[in-house]
Amino acid sequence: MMKTTTRAKLTDIAGVIRSKNAGPYELTFDIIFHSDYLFSAVVRGGSLTKELFARLYRVPEEKIYAVIPYPPAKAIKVTMERLRPSGSLGETDVYGAQQHGPLLELLVSLAPAEEV
Amino acid sequence: MDEIRLLAPTAILGYGFPLSSFQRGMEEKPHLIGVDAGSTDPGPYYLGKGKSFTDRVSVKRDLEIIMEASSAAGIPVVIGSAGGSGGQAHVDWNLEIVEEVAREKRLSFTLARIDAEFSPDLVLQKLAAGDVAPLPGVPPLTAEDVLGSTCIVGQMGIEPLQEALRQGADLVVAGRAYDPVCFAALPIIKGFDPALALHLGKILECAAIASTPGSGRDCMLGILRRDHFLIRPLDPLRRCTPESVAAHSLYEKADPFHLRGPGGTLDLTDTRYEQLDAQTVTVSGTRFQESPYTVKLEGARRVGFRSVCIAGSRDPVMIGQIQEITAGVRDSVANNFEKLQKNYFLHFHLYGLHGVMGELEPLNRTPHELGIIIECVAPSQEEANTILSFARSTMLHYGFPGRISTAGNLAFPYSPSDFEAGEVFEFSIYHLLKNIDPLQSFPLQIKKV
Repeated sequence: MMKTTTRAKLTDIAGVIRSKNAGPYELTFDIIFHSDYLFSAVVRGGSLTKELFARLYRVPEEKIYAVIPYPPAKAIKVTMERLRPSGSLGETDVYGAQQHGPLLELLVSLAPAEEV
Repeated sequence: MDEIRLLAPTAILGYGFPLSSFQRGMEEKPHLIGVDAGSTDPGPYYLGKGKSFTDRVSVKRDLEIIMEASSAAGIPVVIGSAGGSGGQAHVDWNLEIVEEVAREKRLSFTLARIDAEFSPDLVLQKLAAGDVAPLPGVPPLTAEDVLGSTCIVGQMGIEPLQEALRQGADLVVAGRAYDPVCFAALPIIKGFDPALALHLGKILECAAIASTPGSGRDCMLGILRRDHFLIRPLDPLRRCTPESVAAHSLYEKADPFHLRGPGGTLDLTDTRYEQLDAQTVTVSGTRFQESPYTVKLEGARRVGFRSVCIAGSRDPVMIGQIQEITAGVRDSVANNFEKLQKNYFLHFHLYGLHGVMGELEPLNRTPHELGIIIECVAPSQEEANTILSFARSTMLHYGFPGRISTAGNLAFPYSPSDFEAGEVFEFSIYHLLKNIDPLQSFPLQIKKV
């Protein structure tokens, strides 16, 4: 039987979607999913990539350092270079805590588990 | 010693905690109370200016409770990153409060002070020797960065704190320190596994944030044993779950599996989290990978003085042309103050358009009203005031195509409309120092109080 990949809104499948400084030079995003199944399905679905974050935040892909699935917390972490060190001239968000907005509209692929 | 119990009253000294939780913690007969006081989150100002980002009255309130209880129980207290940023002025500030509490409460103990401020000379010397490396996203360090910095601190590891405890300190006020060390220093002296001690310290330094519902203003207890540790909140309304504890290693970290510190990396790849009882989680399997010793340096420099003006617009014609209007105001300012040769920073924060995200904002929708903060940073407060005042009045009366509301373009909530925000700092140093002695760079002083 063919298994189909479905799409879901990130806010429907994740209970925590947040951004924060990881030190003054990096911005980090945490997406914590409602269940192990949803976490695995999103990881398998492969939507959350460096390329996607580069497009969403309109920065070159090399500024997105890593996309790291973290099973113990059913979470995906993405870390990027800050546009400018925290608190520098032109700063809009010293703590980096309000940069998650574009993720709230996001649709991601949920891929079913491989049959054993 | 089969286990060592560590009490974390609050995530940041001065954030507060419920007395009932703290008393429950003391009933568990902890061997140590630890408080991490520091963070770079509030930005470069506090480091550069030598000021605490926490309030003195709040810090004193926390210290009174902690110092009286630790004195009665005869257990040590270790404060890391005193005064928030951990420079000399910050340690001075924190020590003054400690000594005030000691006088008022008639407490007598052995007090240790460990400084973490680095002299520009030492950093220049290390720079010349090739012993300074930038962290990700940071440009290579220059002599100009070092000489321009008003305060440079280094993050100490466990070693200076252990030396203070070995010399009999009851209360340690340490300058900038790697977050977990105020908890990990003592257990590692007692022969407990450094990986588990540091991992536990990493969780405890945020107090009850790793519980659910999480809070930085409530107490957490850590019980470290030979091959695992237990972690639980001290408020019956909270609980630790494997997820809440595991999720904590995401918080403010670039990589949840690898947490870098002064002498190596905490490796959480094989860490196991198990629910022990309703409130408690057992953690095991964490490893520590040693690497050559490094000290993380943080520095800030002054870039000028700031003035700000808060205003708003409810005019669709104005909002529709806001980019052209701000560009026009900039030109007008540049023209009028040619002598300053644009040696100032003039910026318009446009709330409703991209005030929160700036260049990262993907949306481009026209709002019905616009919040505007005009800011100017200039070499002196007077120049900042002058530029801001000119920019504000130019914007207020700016003529643009199709203008209908000719009496004024801005709504000010306040009189005066402009505020002096004072000195402005930026991070100047965020680098690793190599080939450095873990102990000698952080001078220790001990005295009886």
